[in-house]
Amino acid sequence: MIAYALRRLAITVPVLVVISFGTFWAAGQISSPTAQLTLNPRISPETKQAYVELLGLDRPLHVQYGKWLGNFVTGDFGTSLVKNGQDVWPFVERALANTLLLVAAAVSLSLLIGLAVGTISAIRQGSLWDYGSVTVSFLGISIPVFWLGLMLQLFFGLYLANWLGVGPPLLPTAGIYSPGQQGFDLLDRVRHLVLPTLALSLQLVAVYSRYMRASMLEVMSADYIRTARSKGLRESRVVVRHGMRSALVPVTTQVAIDIGQLVGGLIVTERVFQYPGMGLLFLDSLEGGDYTILLPTVMIAAVVVFALNLVADLLYGVLDPRVRLGRDRRVARNV
Amino acid sequence: MSEQGPGPGSEVPVGVPDVPVGGGETESLATATPISPWRLALRRFLRRKPAVISVAILGVIVVGAAFAEWIAPFGAVEQNLDDILQSPDGTYLLGTDTLGRDNFSRILHGGRVSLLVGITVALIAGGVGTLIGILAGYYGGFIDAALMRLTDTLLALPGLMVVIIAARLLGDGVWDVVLVLSGIAWMTLARIVRGKVLTLKEQEFVEAARALGVPVRQIMRRHLLPNLVGEITVTISLTVAAAILAESTLSFLGLGVSATHTATWGNMLGGNEGFVTTAPWLVWGPGLAIVITALCVNFIGDGLRDSLDPTQEKL
Repeated sequence: MIAYALRRLAITVPVLVVISFGTFWAAGQISSPTAQLTLNPRISPETKQAYVELLGLDRPLHVQYGKWLGNFVTGDFGTSLVKNGQDVWPFVERALANTLLLVAAAVSLSLLIGLAVGTISAIRQGSLWDYGSVTVSFLGISIPVFWLGLMLQLFFGLYLANWLGVGPPLLPTAGIYSPGQQGFDLLDRVRHLVLPTLALSLQLVAVYSRYMRASMLEVMSADYIRTARSKGLRESRVVVRHGMRSALVPVTTQVAIDIGQLVGGLIVTERVFQYPGMGLLFLDSLEGGDYTILLPTVMIAAVVVFALNLVADLLYGVLDPRVRLGRDRRVARNV
Repeated sequence: MSEQGPGPGSEVPVGVPDVPVGGGETESLATATPISPWRLALRRFLRRKPAVISVAILGVIVVGAAFAEWIAPFGAVEQNLDDILQSPDGTYLLGTDTLGRDNFSRILHGGRVSLLVGITVALIAGGVGTLIGILAGYYGGFIDAALMRLTDTLLALPGLMVVIIAARLLGDGVWDVVLVLSGIAWMTLARIVRGKVLTLKEQEFVEAARALGVPVRQIMRRHLLPNLVGEITVTISLTVAAAILAESTLSFLGLGVSATHTATWGNMLGGNEGFVTTAPWLVWGPGLAIVITALCVNFIGDGLRDSLDPTQEKL
C-alpha cells in the first residue's frame, strides 16, 4: 500500500508543476496586473514602467515563474501584485477557511439526509417512498447549482418576506456577515451559511442517497444478513449494525473524492452567494491578472483534490479487504 | 401464462403439435419467432414509464427548438422597445427582457444551441472515450498504462478551475465551448470501456477471430464494439444532460457562448441574473427549460441502462 501511495505521489509532483506553469502562463494571457495602472489617467507611463520593473514583470516568463516556484516550495507565498503588495497568504488562508466551513456544513448535512433516505429506500424497495426519493434525486442531479441558488435567494429573500407581510428577508442572501458587522458573531455567520449550504446539498443528497440505496440493496441480500436474522436479532439491529456498516464502504470513498472536488470547485455557489472562499478568490485573481494569488489558489485546490483521491483509494482498500488497489468510482459534477 | 403453456425454463420438445398457436402467451417456444436483442431492449424500455414520458416531453422540446423560426411568435433578437420588462401576458407568454425581446421566443431559439452543445459534446466525448478505452483495454501493457495514467490524472484535477481557465483562453463561440467541455467529459467512458474490453478480449469469439488472422482494426470494429454499445449509449445519454448543465454554468459565469452570437439558456440566465427580484420570469423561464430537459435526458439514460445493460451497476 505504501509503495502504491509513493507511486501515485511520484506521478503527482510533475503534474503539479505542469498545472502551476500552465496557470501562470494562462494568467498572463487572460489579463494583466498593470491593467488598472494603464487605465488610470493620473499615472504616467514612467510611473507604470517603474512599477513593472519593481515587480519584475519585464523579465522573461521562465525567470518570473522560477522565482515564484522557488519561493512557493519553501512556503513563501510572496506579496500580491495587485492588492498594494500585501502578503498573499492571509487572503488564501481566509478563503480556504471559509470554503472548508461551507464544505463541512454541506457534506455533513447531505450525509445525514442522504444516508437515511438511501437506507429507507433500500429496505422498502418499490414503495412509494422509494419512488419518491428516486424522483427527487433525479431532480437533484438535473438542477444547475447556480439556478437553485438564484431560486433560493428569490424565495427566502423576496417571496417569503412578501407573503409574511413586508419585513426584512428571512435569511441573508449574500456574503458571510451583515453589512456593518464588526468582528465575530456566531448567529449572523450561521444565518449567512444556510442558503449556500442548502444550494449545495440538494445535489449531494441526490448522489449519496442513490449510492447508499444501491449499496444497501447489495449488502442486504448477503448471506450474513440472513444469518443475523436467523439468530433472532431485531430488524433494526440487523439493518444498522450489519447492513449499514458494510454498505457505508463505497459511500465513504465517494465522500472523500467529493470533498476534494468541492474544495477546488465551489466556484459557482460562491459566486452566486458572494461567499468569499477559494472559488471567488480564483475568479477575482483570474480576472485581475494577479498570478501571485491565482497560483496558490489553484495549487492548493489541486493538492487537496489529489490528496483526497489518494485517500479515497487507500480507504477503499483498508475498509474492504477484498478490494485490490487501483479501482475507484467517480461521478462528474458541476458545482 | 396458461396452464398448458411452457413455463420459463421448462423443457419443451421440439414441435409440440397440440399447443394452440397464435394464442398470444400460449405460443410454444418451438414456434415462437426469435426476438432480437434490440427488440427485447425496446420492450424493456417501453415498460419504464418515466423514460417513455421523458421521450415524449423531450420530443416536444426538441421540435420546439428545431422549428423555432416557425413556432416562436417573435424572433430571437426582435426588440419591442415599448414593451421592455413586461411580465407574462397573452402577447408575451413568458414576459420580455430589458431589450424588449420575447422571453418565450428566446427560450425556443436558445434551446437549439443548448441542445446542440449537449449532444455534440456527448458524441465527441463518446468517440474519444471509446477509442481510448478500446486501445488501452485491447493492447494492455505500456499503451494501457500511459492512457490510463492520462485518464486518471485528468480525473484528479480541480475540474471546474481547469474548465474556466480553458474557456477564458479560448473564445466565446459555440465550438470553443464544445471543445472545452468535450475535453473533460470523455474519461468516465474510457474507464468503463477499458474495463469491459479487458474481459471481452479473453473470450473465445475474440480469440477465434485472432486465430483466424482477422486484422486488429476489424476485431475492434466487428467483435468488440457491438458488445460495448450498451455501455456507450448509456454513458453518452447521461453526458448530454451533464453537458447541457455545464454549458449553462459556463454561460452563467460569462464564459460560455456569448450572447452577442446567439441566445442560449445559459447566457439568458447569466445576463438576467440582476433581474432576479424585479423580473423573476427571466430567471424562471430558461432555468426551467434547463431543468426539464436535463431531467428528461437523465430519465431516458436511466431507462436505457435498465433495458440495454441490465447488469450494469446503478449509481
